[in-house]
Amino acid sequence: MEKKVLMKGNEAIAEAAIRAGCRHYFGYPITPQTEIAAYMAKRMPKIGGTFLQAESEIAAINMVYGVASAGLRVMTSSSSPGVSLKGEGLSYLAGADLPALVVNVQRGGPGLGGIQPSQSDYFQATRGAGHGDFHMIVLAPASVQEMAELTVKAFDLADKYRMTSMLLADGTMGQMMEPVALDDLQINPMPEKPWATTGTKMERKRNIINSLSLVPEELEQFNFARYEKYAKIEREESRAEEYRMEDAEICVAAFGIASRVSRNAVDAAREMGIKVGLIRPITLWPFPVDPFKRSLSTVKKYVSVELNMGQMIEDVRLATECRRPVTLCNRAGGMIPTPEQVLEAIKAAANGGENQ
Amino acid sequence: MIVFKKPHALSDVPLHYCPGCTHGIVHRLVAEVIDELGIEGKTIGIAPVGCSVMAYNYFECDMIEAAHGRAPAVATGVKRANPDNIVFTYQGDGDLASIGTAETVHSAARNENITVIFINNAIYGMTGGQMAPTSLPGQVTQTSPYGRDVNLCGYPVKICEMLAQLDGPEYLERVTVNNVKQIKNAKRAIKKAFQNQIDGKGFSLIEVISSCPTNWGMTPQAALKWIDEKMIPYYPLGVYKDRSAEKKEAEQ
Amino acid sequence: MNKLTFRTDNCKGCGLCVDVCPKGVLALAEDVINKKGHHPVTAVKPDLCIACAFCATMCPDCIIEVEKGV
Repeated sequence: MEKKVLMKGNEAIAEAAIRAGCRHYFGYPITPQTEIAAYMAKRMPKIGGTFLQAESEIAAINMVYGVASAGLRVMTSSSSPGVSLKGEGLSYLAGADLPALVVNVQRGGPGLGGIQPSQSDYFQATRGAGHGDFHMIVLAPASVQEMAELTVKAFDLADKYRMTSMLLADGTMGQMMEPVALDDLQINPMPEKPWATTGTKMERKRNIINSLSLVPEELEQFNFARYEKYAKIEREESRAEEYRMEDAEICVAAFGIASRVSRNAVDAAREMGIKVGLIRPITLWPFPVDPFKRSLSTVKKYVSVELNMGQMIEDVRLATECRRPVTLCNRAGGMIPTPEQVLEAIKAAANGGENQ
Repeated sequence: MIVFKKPHALSDVPLHYCPGCTHGIVHRLVAEVIDELGIEGKTIGIAPVGCSVMAYNYFECDMIEAAHGRAPAVATGVKRANPDNIVFTYQGDGDLASIGTAETVHSAARNENITVIFINNAIYGMTGGQMAPTSLPGQVTQTSPYGRDVNLCGYPVKICEMLAQLDGPEYLERVTVNNVKQIKNAKRAIKKAFQNQIDGKGFSLIEVISSCPTNWGMTPQAALKWIDEKMIPYYPLGVYKDRSAEKKEAEQ
Repeated sequence: MNKLTFRTDNCKGCGLCVDVCPKGVLALAEDVINKKGHHPVTAVKPDLCIACAFCATMCPDCIIEVEKGV
């Protein structure tokens, strides 16, 4: 029987990052993710790594940029307002094609908002992390085990594709405690990085890490090439979990904490004879279009369950090409939908009627 | 016998700076120091946003382009990743003393073992001559067209004096490059700043009072004179902090 | 005899070298325009050069190479 440790979600991220070979962490305290910084502050000095509390969120993302340029695994973590501050840095990481991990443990917004959980940074993560045309690989854990597993996956994908990964968690995931099988984590070796700035040793031409290109023809080619890479990732790295979808006529779409709540509601609805299933995106970018496309053969209505004012629902509509009605079942400001609320939404979708 | 030639660490490409701009002199001094210390193979330079944004094209060592003001944070990352690398930043007055003030102060306070070259020409060149935090009272710029009014926008920021208040930094010196004697002095200071890093002594910053003939609206010659007449009285040259020297004195 | 070599194409005609030469060796060639459209520096009195390298020290574009006793 594999050994499991009871861990807080935030701490599972930190421990998994260390096991994945990350030896550099820069961060700034912000609720509800400060445990990640605290864990790193304790662990990193013991293993010869770097923990540095940066002077700001902006400084932290730029320190990440420095370590990433030097070719090593590096991460930062924050929560919603702090991620906004990092926007320029995220764009620079993308423009310079640098691998790194950025963790967002979402809280209520906008503005200073609240410290309770939300999912209202979905658009930010998948559409508007920073200026310019770019994407990050966005992973959404729905359990403490996944907080650990997807952290490792985030580093692997970042290095494989030379881009930044974001782990989009929420305050519930960060604070909850569940058993984690750490020794099961699949750790792959880091690939060679001949492009990194490690010093020429007078043996090679200098490397330049840069996102500036004043020649538009050249900058256009960089953008085209990057999007060819993204297209490959869309084809090969999408991930979702399908639960009771085989004969589903109603499909609930939910990620993170919303998916945990929805699973209970799906089971309750099935008890009542409603043919409902759940598609749980694990990669938010690339969004798992395929399971939604396949579900069109049986599904008549979709219900997007989110802790925001309706963000992932747009991707559900896009993935289903607006061919079926999609309704929103949501809470905001730090409130979490209850299984009863989701069940009502499923029943409403099943019974038809206006706006459904 | 060749008594003067282009240093190896300075790339063999034309510089894009304006005629008479002192950036070119300081680039060369940094490259000469890198050559003389034999550190090109382990040096990583970090370029700013500003006129010297393309500094990554001018040095033969590995180079990184940083976001505006964030070079000391990037340098912190690079140095923590590979402490054996010699890491320097090269920044203007907008980069270091405006948007990057926090990064400047905190990398100094942390005594990051890096070398910071600060080009202070009291103006924002790249964007067309706007006021800098180091622009002098009364100085006419695009965003202070009637002269910098201290009642509206306060007083210039004196970086060496400011950072000297901190316990963190190892070495702070202000120099200039407006004549041959000053250039040779500036080189000595820059070399010390790099040597300090090699010796593991910590944060060294050299503030170089520089000219911007184009945006000061002067000839290169007049601009170098203006440094003597107006800049240096406001920004006196000299050593503002030398922890090792202070320690030595205390021990004697 | 000391020798000065100029990478004339990169000279921006700023004239700072002309000013710092203690012997009056240099001048901007008014009758020459280089690729960038500047009047490049030239040694009008090369025999007076003492290879002090003040010109090269001052040059922001590093276009001057100085040889002693050629």
